[in-house]
Amino acid sequence: MSRFVNNDLRPIGHGRMLRKEDPRFIRGKGRFIDDIALPGMLHLAILRAPIAHGRVLRVDISAAEAHPKVKLVVTGAMLADRGLAWMPTLSNDVQAVLATDKVRFQGQEVAFVVAEDRYAARDALELIDVEYEQLPAVVNARTALDPGVPVIRDDLAGKTDNRCFDWETGDRAATDAVFARADVVVSQDMVYPRVHPAPLETCGAVADHDPVDGTLTLWCTTQAPHAHRTLYATIAGLPEHQIRIIAPDIGGGFGNKVPIYPGYVCAIVASQLLGRPVKWTEDRSENLTSTAFARDYLMHGEIAATREGRILAIRTRVLADHGAFNGVAAPVKYPAGFFGVFTGSYDLEAAYCAMTAVYTNKAPGGVAYSCSFRVTEAVYLVERLVDCLAHELDLDPVELRLLNLLQPEQFPYRSRTGWVYDSGDYETTLREAVRLAGYDDLRREQAEKRARGELMGIGVSFFTEAVGAGPRKDMDIMGLGMADGAELRVHPTGTAVLRVSCQSQGQGHETTFAQIVAEEIGIPPADVKVVQGDTDQTPFGLGTYGSRSTPVSGAAAVLVARKVRDKARLIASAMLEVSVTDLEWTAGSFHVVGDPTMSVGIRDIAMRAHGPGDLPDGVDGGLEAQLHYNPENLTYPYGAYICVVDVDPGTAAVTVRRFVAVDDCGTRINPMIIEGQVHRGLTDGVGMALMEILAFDELGNCLGGSLMDYLLPTALEVPDWETGFTVTPSPHHPIGAKGIGESATVGSPPAVVNAVVDALRPYGLRHVDMPLTPSRVWEAIRGNAQPPC
Amino acid sequence: MRVNGAEVTCEIEARLLLVHFLRDHLGLTGTHWGCDTSNCGACAVWLDGEPVKSCTVLAAMAAGHDVRTVEDLERFGELDPVQRGFMECHGLQCGFCTPGMLMTARALLDRNPSPSEQEIREAISGQVCRCTGYATIVRSVQWAAAEEAGTRVADSS
Repeated sequence: MSRFVNNDLRPIGHGRMLRKEDPRFIRGKGRFIDDIALPGMLHLAILRAPIAHGRVLRVDISAAEAHPKVKLVVTGAMLADRGLAWMPTLSNDVQAVLATDKVRFQGQEVAFVVAEDRYAARDALELIDVEYEQLPAVVNARTALDPGVPVIRDDLAGKTDNRCFDWETGDRAATDAVFARADVVVSQDMVYPRVHPAPLETCGAVADHDPVDGTLTLWCTTQAPHAHRTLYATIAGLPEHQIRIIAPDIGGGFGNKVPIYPGYVCAIVASQLLGRPVKWTEDRSENLTSTAFARDYLMHGEIAATREGRILAIRTRVLADHGAFNGVAAPVKYPAGFFGVFTGSYDLEAAYCAMTAVYTNKAPGGVAYSCSFRVTEAVYLVERLVDCLAHELDLDPVELRLLNLLQPEQFPYRSRTGWVYDSGDYETTLREAVRLAGYDDLRREQAEKRARGELMGIGVSFFTEAVGAGPRKDMDIMGLGMADGAELRVHPTGTAVLRVSCQSQGQGHETTFAQIVAEEIGIPPADVKVVQGDTDQTPFGLGTYGSRSTPVSGAAAVLVARKVRDKARLIASAMLEVSVTDLEWTAGSFHVVGDPTMSVGIRDIAMRAHGPGDLPDGVDGGLEAQLHYNPENLTYPYGAYICVVDVDPGTAAVTVRRFVAVDDCGTRINPMIIEGQVHRGLTDGVGMALMEILAFDELGNCLGGSLMDYLLPTALEVPDWETGFTVTPSPHHPIGAKGIGESATVGSPPAVVNAVVDALRPYGLRHVDMPLTPSRVWEAIRGNAQPPC
Repeated sequence: MRVNGAEVTCEIEARLLLVHFLRDHLGLTGTHWGCDTSNCGACAVWLDGEPVKSCTVLAAMAAGHDVRTVEDLERFGELDPVQRGFMECHGLQCGFCTPGMLMTARALLDRNPSPSEQEIREAISGQVCRCTGYATIVRSVQWAAAEEAGTRVADSS
């Protein structure tokens, strides 16, 4: 039922075309960070803390320095001499590049070695002798603020406890009043455990500092090359025009590759000191134990409703574990990201959230794993609460949601926490999911199975996302407004180059953005080359995360193409010898109104723009344009998900049998790529709901430090996805598109958990915390459910 | 050893892993390094016709044996059907797991020309993809199987 067609070579853009980036990847010709080898390149390895909390008493590097292949060994004290031992985080905190005073999480960077090859660098790490005075580790966020607990951040002047920040949103008094008069109040504690994005390619960099001309070229696994360049200028004091950041092919990011990591800074310092290119690449354990984790929210949620099931208000208290440094990568005015959308897809009378964030002896991070700046946690909270309410009122979860979903005429809708949802037709989307799933038949099957003692569950979630950060009046990261640039050049023969500030990590920008331009100027997508990920080659912008590429850079691409088209219109009017007002743009060409035989396309116009002969008065030669796009609002994609699970009563193992996902991301540019994005997020959701957790023991040892311990879904744990869609365009995006990259990661975990809890209904359970591993489900069935951390 | 049909003779450290030998010494960077623990399969190559994880094979152990990598799938300018299948069915996004997936898929189809969905899922279950959710990889392998079946029918007619 797709209204899109194959269009690779036709002069029109939107539709299901194959990806332009695939030919290199299927030949093994992608160029990832570890594929980069420069003449004379050396290898850097990092010594990491074996304990979670301790004073660094002594670091002896003499034996490492004596290793015949070692070129350089650097400690925190040596960086401190250069003023580089600490660096700013993206949340106005500071983070140690190399520890000077204390180590504050297991895996923290303590020293680095540069050697002739990667094996020798690792060997030399073993030769560094560090003496620590071990301190008690603060592992449990619940007790981090208790009296007598060691202060982790004694580096911060005047810091006397482990409080990171307090934050609130909504109207407390109004919410309390609604709760006081509500027929029904349901409350539930729930944990969104610490998880990790674990992109298949770990983080890394190759730094090449030219001692003669002072330029620094940094190939780096970054989702935000321009922001990184400005921050390196700030951190390292390098002139910004002499820094060139190149993000090559990125092997998955999911937010893990937004922050600046100490390893990047170490590689830069090493190249400066040695005058040679230096490569640093993490191993998997380093990635899992030291780079941006996600979630780690302990939530107490309350929902108030009428006896009939009309939801009135939501109130929540959140304890957020931020780890040892506040490394959250979110717009600065939003310390809790966009958690404020916890009011979900429902029309409430009031809402309130109070949050406390704490430091613990764990790795920094928090905003990652396709979370849309914490919308993931918000959606999990509200969609679990709604199911708890359905359980309490003995209502069907679909019926309860239909009773409360926002109606189309309410858009644009201002939520009780101040978010302005741009567009939506929620009921249509939920009914489509119900239809695709065969919901009524599923309920009948479930009833029959329950009668036989079998455990089958059906889980529903309805989510609204908030993506495409964002309006620069509200949103910046480290003082950089969240707008994005685009530059389009049409060559004389009518092919084009688009330069954008976002950076694909697998999302297919080279295809989607070519399609956008193709649609706007009437040339085939095959004739549009997309350049990204090189700060010397692309206009400034904040990069790809939070599903912002299509909402922000995509809009920039549309508008820059229209700017080119406006100029082309002037030239076309001269070529056709008619007034510009007599021209209309249809099917990729300018036509004279009333005379279908008179038309001219971009190719002929491009040659005229570059060729001999005069152009109309006031029109310069060439056919190119550049602009920055400042979004007026976020976009609010949404979806309805239905998950079907079977639970084995003998082993407590959960099998996801079916998963139906109906997404509405507004105008769809390439449905194949959109479905791929949805499939990925659904897999994330199954992983988080059933398997994934970064747990710690009481000493702060990370228990998920390898892929043997941190479990990711394989092809055997996930079903063949069933997807559908509705199309409700965004009113403010120039082609009505919304982001889709994270919708399924956001929306699917509650669907899976709701399904498992539904399956366990015969045991009287209303909630079980993720991950729903066999052992945890087994304990829950026996009434011994415990939070995972 | 023979790598992609060519004899290779090198002095190496005894501890050198096959994945690093292929990447750093021979420049065959299509084989990737993802986890160190044999869990992710980004490093899958063939050793004497069988897929192995080259992060847990010493290069020295491969001495005298045949190694095949993703760079050898395309022959005489012709893509292997599994390569075409992955493009046709969106079986890749970031492309990092793709070479390993392709080598496993090729080995599967060589011994089982028409695998079921479950057989495909089992064949790739030792490998992790963080982007596709696997459904399109399954369809890619099915596409290649159908393509080869069609090709064989055409050849015999």
